[in-house]
Amino acid sequence: MAVTVSRESDSVATPTQRALKEAFYAGAIALGLFVLFIGLKTGQNMSNELVLTQRWGLLAAVVIATAVGRFLYVAYGQPFMANQKIANVATGLLPASVGSRFFTLPAFIVAVVAAVLLFLFNSSLAGWVGAEPAGYLQFLRALAVIYLLACVIYYFRAFIHANFTKLGITALVLYPILVVAVLSLNAWSIAGGLQGSLKWVDNFGIQILIYVMLAWGLNIVVGLAGLLDLGYVAFYALGAYAYALLATQYGLSFWILLPAAGCMAALWGVLLGFPVLRLRGDYLAIVTLAFGEIIRLVLINWREVTNGSAGISGIPKVSFFGLMTFNVSDPNYIAKVLHIATSSAYYKIFLYYLILGLCLLTAFVTIRLRRLPVGRAWEALREDEIACRSLGINTTTTKLTAFATGAMFGGFAGSFFAARQGFVSPESFVFLESAIILAIVVLGGMGSLVGIAVAAMVMIGGTEALRELDFLKQIFGPDFTPELYRMLLFGMAMVIVMLWKPRGFVGSREPTAFLKERRAVSSSFTKEGHG
Amino acid sequence: MNATTQMNDAILQVDHLSMKFGGLVAIGDLSFTARRGEITALIGPNGAGKTTVFNCITGFYKPSEGMITLNRADGSTYLLERLPNHEIPARAKVARTFQNIRLFSGMTLLENLLVAQHNKLMKASGYTVLGLFGFSGYRKASAESMELARHWLEKADLVDRADDPAGDLPYGAQRRLEIARAMCTGPELLCLDEPAAGLNPKESAALNDLLMDIKHNTGTSILLIEHDMSVVMQISDHVVVLEYGRKISDGNPQSVRTDPRVIAAYLGVDDEEVETVLTEVGDEDVIEQLDIGPDAAHGPGTSSSYLAGPVTDTVGHSDGERVTVSKGASKAAQVDARANSPRKPSERATAKPTGKSSTAKPRGGRK
Ligand SMILES: Nc1ncnc2c1ncn2[C@@H]1O[C@H](COP(=O)(O)OP(=O)(O)O)[C@@H](O)[C@H]1O
Ligand SMILES: [Mg+2]
Repeated sequence: MAVTVSRESDSVATPTQRALKEAFYAGAIALGLFVLFIGLKTGQNMSNELVLTQRWGLLAAVVIATAVGRFLYVAYGQPFMANQKIANVATGLLPASVGSRFFTLPAFIVAVVAAVLLFLFNSSLAGWVGAEPAGYLQFLRALAVIYLLACVIYYFRAFIHANFTKLGITALVLYPILVVAVLSLNAWSIAGGLQGSLKWVDNFGIQILIYVMLAWGLNIVVGLAGLLDLGYVAFYALGAYAYALLATQYGLSFWILLPAAGCMAALWGVLLGFPVLRLRGDYLAIVTLAFGEIIRLVLINWREVTNGSAGISGIPKVSFFGLMTFNVSDPNYIAKVLHIATSSAYYKIFLYYLILGLCLLTAFVTIRLRRLPVGRAWEALREDEIACRSLGINTTTTKLTAFATGAMFGGFAGSFFAARQGFVSPESFVFLESAIILAIVVLGGMGSLVGIAVAAMVMIGGTEALRELDFLKQIFGPDFTPELYRMLLFGMAMVIVMLWKPRGFVGSREPTAFLKERRAVSSSFTKEGHG
Repeated sequence: MNATTQMNDAILQVDHLSMKFGGLVAIGDLSFTARRGEITALIGPNGAGKTTVFNCITGFYKPSEGMITLNRADGSTYLLERLPNHEIPARAKVARTFQNIRLFSGMTLLENLLVAQHNKLMKASGYTVLGLFGFSGYRKASAESMELARHWLEKADLVDRADDPAGDLPYGAQRRLEIARAMCTGPELLCLDEPAAGLNPKESAALNDLLMDIKHNTGTSILLIEHDMSVVMQISDHVVVLEYGRKISDGNPQSVRTDPRVIAAYLGVDDEEVETVLTEVGDEDVIEQLDIGPDAAHGPGTSSSYLAGPVTDTVGHSDGERVTVSKGASKAAQVDARANSPRKPSERATAKPTGKSSTAKPRGGRK
């Protein structure tokens, strides 16, 4: 917010006075902004008439919250942050950082005790204190766990930073096992643990990994080659429909159709690329956007083949390399072969590892390609296309390979998606999906695999986590659906990240070769490309 | 010199080259020859069409008329105006630099030089397939390319900064890196567009050393656009002078610098003043005057290049001002005219560059 106090009064006013003044202005601005947004609400009554609901209480709450927030920030937040930068005169040391003051040993022990106690008495809590406070206690437990995790991350941050990739992959590999173990302990039975793990493995694990894979695929086109592709979801759709149609019509196995779907998408990538790649910048973006919409409209209207907007259902499940299946009725159903209890969680866990494998393949190929001449040519193309041509690089084929490679990974992800859902319809492939994938690439930092994975985790995990915030209904009333606010969250996250780190989480670029030492290239030198 | 030796001798032969942008004749019927192993300089006032000649040679523009022949050392001959843009460096072995430096600024110096060896490495990596699986043939080629890159980094005196981003270098080092990058493509003809523009004297000297080194040790012939007369006179073997897209002089540096048409083109002065001007060649004064473009009367300067393709419009050339070749424009032509007929005072008045102090604005790469 703009500094509204002039210089002379600045020197006279105490921080509290200044804070009061600023709080007043902030409240006034909030009032002006929200009087129509929040204060009045239009709706329909039973006889379809427009009615105007007045919500002055809510408006007052928002305005007061803004004013108080501004007051606290100016009166305490700003002086505190200024103090962080002033060294102690006697010792010459900077004050202890916020982190080390926030993550202290006593607090850590309290959190451990609270979390353990709440976990132990989880089932009997509702009986003791009633259902509603039990909900708050569960929220408290989640906070304690988050605090514990944050403590661990804070104290091992140097180690984590140094071995981020290895730790990340290990964590991803162990994730389903850990989830099942923790939930089994919680429910005191393996079956209960498996049942409970469905949500965590499927809604969080698989969902996030699909987006990681899509974003890594798009990263080749946008992040490396610098070609702005707004229709990436078209290749995802092509892969999904290729698997759905060929599997339902001809009964081909997933393991044959996965590469086939990838190749099909790559072929379409080349077909689209040929006429389009002579366009640059905004023109390319618009034509790819149109391509995405054309594919979706064809899927809707070509009813004989695609079954229109009703979509294709009954898509066969993936088999365990033909050895075991995940259909209860089959003779070689996994539970019968291995003599274990029947559960639908096996399939989800298997799918989790499958998409994890596909993600790692994408990452491996991307890293490998970057160090090959073709990958370097992609990045050079992003930096300066004309210079590339003066060095004898065929820019058309180079762009086409980038397009085709990105499309291929989109196709892989699509066929996985179809197998996981068992149902595809054009509704899954709207422009919003392209936009989300592109947003993840931009937020993560174009070209950086780690940054993109973190961005996908935050954005997709965050929107999934909103579904878990049911206790908010107790505050905002039963009509409140947190999921509806996910786009708001998305937008807010984008604004915050772009202000705080304009080049995404990981803005720097890792060089592909070095003579003496590998030093990351600061983002101020790299270009986004405009082709 | 008889015809056959001249054929073998010439690495580049430009015949009757014309380039028109709409109504503007940027190059008109230009013919010259660059000989193998020599440094040929192409000089002329701003907007004379030098960069346009380069863009025609390297395929960024398709000439309206004319023929550009390149003879490679192995005896093969290429007609450059017929080759696609990217095949000129790849097959005809012509490399170039740009008036406004075009480096891959977000990539390290080493990576810049590796990108320049793209075609060679692409073949070695089996068009990516073999390289993806780490075949040994590719690893060997990759190590060789690193060696070549290191060699040129050493020549350009940049080996200490090999792992820094190219955008982080000072101007002079960027110029040298661009030349090193062009040399990594293994060219037979190296075209340099104003390599000394914007350099301080020390950087300029380092550049001269690098160019002489290239000339003596690699057998690469050099075609050079240069404004800095001291550089031209020191290092070039052969000078071609352009004015308004036409060749006004061609010969060794000595003969060119005393050619009255050249002096008139550059300075717009009378014969009487030639003596004094000659002593100033290379001086700051002169350089300043070179920066002043053709007078505003001859440059309507209306629309920009709507005829140029989407890419070509970003290739460096002087700003979009249009200059039509009219009878009165060429100062060299006036020298010819004056030599043939008794001088008229009125004509002399128009011969003076009207915009020297007031209307003309500095142009080109010099800042
Ligand atoms: N793409 C283009 N479109 C229109 N005019 C151009 C284009 N490129 C160069 N010109 C014009 O051709 C003339 C010669 O320019 P140039 O070759 O850049 O001169 P210089 O000798 O300074 O390098 C200038 O008048 C310039 O405006
Ligand atoms: Mg020029």
